[in-house]
Amino acid sequence: MKPASFIYARPTDWSDALKLLAEGARPGAGTQSLGPLLNLRLAQPDTIADLRHLPGYAGVAVDGGMVRIGAGTTHAAIEDGAVPGRVGEIMAAVARGIAYRPVRNRGTIGGSLAHADPAADWVAVLPALGATAVALGPKGERRIAAAEFVKGIFETALAADELLRFIEVPVQPAEARWGHWKFCRKVGEFSKATACVLALPGKPPRAVLAALDGPPMVIADASALMKDPAAEAARIVQGFPELAPWRRAIAETALRRAVAMAAA
Amino acid sequence: MSKIALSLTVNGEPRQLLAEPREQLADVLRRELMLTGTHVGCEHGVCGACTVEIDGAPARSCIAHAGSCDGASIRTIEGFGDDGVMAALREAFSREHALQCGYCTPGMLVTARDIVLRLPNADEARVREELAGNLCRCTGYRGIVRAVLSVLADRKNS
Repeated sequence: MKPASFIYARPTDWSDALKLLAEGARPGAGTQSLGPLLNLRLAQPDTIADLRHLPGYAGVAVDGGMVRIGAGTTHAAIEDGAVPGRVGEIMAAVARGIAYRPVRNRGTIGGSLAHADPAADWVAVLPALGATAVALGPKGERRIAAAEFVKGIFETALAADELLRFIEVPVQPAEARWGHWKFCRKVGEFSKATACVLALPGKPPRAVLAALDGPPMVIADASALMKDPAAEAARIVQGFPELAPWRRAIAETALRRAVAMAAA
Repeated sequence: MSKIALSLTVNGEPRQLLAEPREQLADVLRRELMLTGTHVGCEHGVCGACTVEIDGAPARSCIAHAGSCDGASIRTIEGFGDDGVMAALREAFSREHALQCGYCTPGMLVTARDIVLRLPNADEARVREELAGNLCRCTGYRGIVRAVLSVLADRKNS
């Protein structure tokens, strides 16, 4: 299908973009999720503010112990090593598993997180990495922990007049252990269950279970899961009685496999 | 709805055109420029038939807004006539029976060329992974995978 009519606006600077948002425009980045919703007429905004061309929207900078990633950085750039160090290795492997290369060439990390599809990869991975979302609004920047960012299906902590400007990810030590498992019957399709585990020396391991019917479940201290993955994974998924039994089963398996990868 | 003006470089030629704000790149290429080698299939980024190069990188022209492409350089399947890698792929596709109805072929070739240039050491598993975003309903993929692998092997041996 073709989209319903809308006005296309290309802001030239960030204050122009915020003004468009205040007037009710829907922000668009790579539009690899928004584009299909428009074509299917599930989304029918009056105006789209195209953020792609704004200065500094894409790009990666390291400042002390933090990697600051422009929200408009593409999955392909991350796949190709735009983020340095151990956390860059982790993120490159995640990026390679997102949809397909032609989609990754346009789709962005910020667009994907702000879209907040429960099955999306960064929605699961960024809370596990202890990332922070930096929102830009009329009053300036506001920082939101990635673990608190996604509130529900297609629902985030962003206010209507805010846009996602940066993702900040802590630099990880070389010894950081990472496990990430998602269930896809075909390469590139939406995940049916996603789990990730980050284990750092001297700190409690952190785990995330995602692709649920709501926000990701963030387990800030996953020590029990690491110690007895079988029993603990079974206990965790019992907290989601609304999921069909097959979905609980693969969520449980995803947790066990992510732990096994991080422990390997 | 008033139209928006676009400046594109398409297959090396500067083009000035008008598009409706809601239009995707694929529709503008096909209707305004009659570049009908770009095929429209699923229109939500899954089938890969509409894959073209935007600023040198393969992308889905069905979910890339025409307006957002203003100023960009586009290369459609019609623009690869003098490209050596594409010539090798065309010959390999023909030899290996990598197409039947041909609907997926333009997108398949743009993706295949990206695999050959970006991943010169790709093995069969990687080629299949990279081709996962291009659906073919005729061939069962075996001929397509063989064709891509044969071009990769030829380039390694030359």
